[in-house]
Amino acid sequence: MNATKWGFKKSLWVFHLNAGACNNCDIEVLDCLCPKFDIERFGMKLVGSLKHADVLLVSGSVPRKVVPDLIEAYEQVPQPAVVIAIGACACTGGIFKDGYNFAGPVDKHVPVAAYVPGCPPRPEAIIGAIVKLLGKL
Amino acid sequence: MASTLGLVLSFLIFPGLFFTAVMGLATQWIDRKVSALVQWRVGPPWYQPFADILKLLGKEIIIPAGARRAGFLFAPMAGFAAIGVVSTILWLTNLHGTSFVGDLIGVIYLLTIPSLGIILGASASSNPLASVGASREMKLVLAYELPFIIAIFTAVTKVTPMTLRLDGILEYQAANGVLLGNASCILAFIVCILVAQAKLTYPPFDIPEAETEIMDGTHIEYSGAALAVIKLQQAMLLFTLPIFFITVFWGGLVFSGWNILYTIVKYVIIIVIIVLIKNVNPRVRIDQAVRFFWGPVTVIAVVGMILAILGF
Ligand code: SF4
Repeated sequence: MNATKWGFKKSLWVFHLNAGACNNCDIEVLDCLCPKFDIERFGMKLVGSLKHADVLLVSGSVPRKVVPDLIEAYEQVPQPAVVIAIGACACTGGIFKDGYNFAGPVDKHVPVAAYVPGCPPRPEAIIGAIVKLLGKL
Repeated sequence: MASTLGLVLSFLIFPGLFFTAVMGLATQWIDRKVSALVQWRVGPPWYQPFADILKLLGKEIIIPAGARRAGFLFAPMAGFAAIGVVSTILWLTNLHGTSFVGDLIGVIYLLTIPSLGIILGASASSNPLASVGASREMKLVLAYELPFIIAIFTAVTKVTPMTLRLDGILEYQAANGVLLGNASCILAFIVCILVAQAKLTYPPFDIPEAETEIMDGTHIEYSGAALAVIKLQQAMLLFTLPIFFITVFWGGLVFSGWNILYTIVKYVIIIVIIVLIKNVNPRVRIDQAVRFFWGPVTVIAVVGMILAILGF
């Protein structure tokens, strides 16, 4: 394993993208950063700019209006990068799958590396998904 | 020829770029760990800043459409090189006493280059949030330079005979005790710590890169290796500023016998003060910051200067 790959695994910077979520998944993502879970132990931190991100955490059912923004956001993240779908909405559409403006789920538009089901998923589940993903990278 | 080679090596490896970068990243770990402990967290492992840099080196560099390519990519390099030079000057003076006339002025001058580089790079990136960050950084530079220069010149005034050479200041301190023992220099030192906070853009003066407000402001558009250079430059500044203050006010770096321990303790004390100020303060607005530096801080600096002239 070469040095940059090791660095990538040990330092995932997370950008959090709300693609039409009900905001509950987003609160669970923020819980991961608080002292109880403290994902900085694994070198992860939340960044404010897409250009700094390694991981795109997408939550929400992706309504039609959001599709171009989702694709543009994904293209702005410098490679190598991974996308993680957070919540039942992002994985399958969840309770919004029959909505009139439903255009998702996320993997219809951008490649998704890991799915975290749950409505909303617990912080343990999100951290667990990232740990499993790190094993696969 | 041999001495030229020696100078180039001391700029590139020890105590210049490489050594400063490694020590700066280690210091950044202390910063992050202490911050985590203050916030009741566990914090990152010791290799975290190194992993960050390695990862950034392996990532793609995106140049935004409409950006000025050369300006955007080379502006961070200027600050990076300037900090390397500052570190080389300070360490060579402390270790071998190689000093030259006016190196104090050179150091003060070079310490503003990183801010200028960031301003140039941000303005070249054609991002509105970066422009906002750049304009705030510019105001911040204007605000803190005045008290900073007054504070450093307080030390110069206190040294007899007055000298602008770093080794002159060190010799005076070796003969007459550290400058921090005088009332005037204590005031100047407090001013310097506050200015360090602004130079490092740490809270309460992280206005140019306010994360929640303008999304990292000045370096919003940087990615990959260019961002790594910016992160390295910040780490090196975090390492170099305390060394500068120790040299000017606190007797310099001495590496003989028990003094090694004393030197490390001095360094860690300054770092911990900076990190604690960082963690217990919210971000202020830019107008509040300018008023703070031109008001109370400048007054403290001027009072220190007057005390120094009166001989305290
Ligand atoms: S999965 Fe549930 S909690 Fe998450 S955005 Fe959808 S509806 Fe909200």
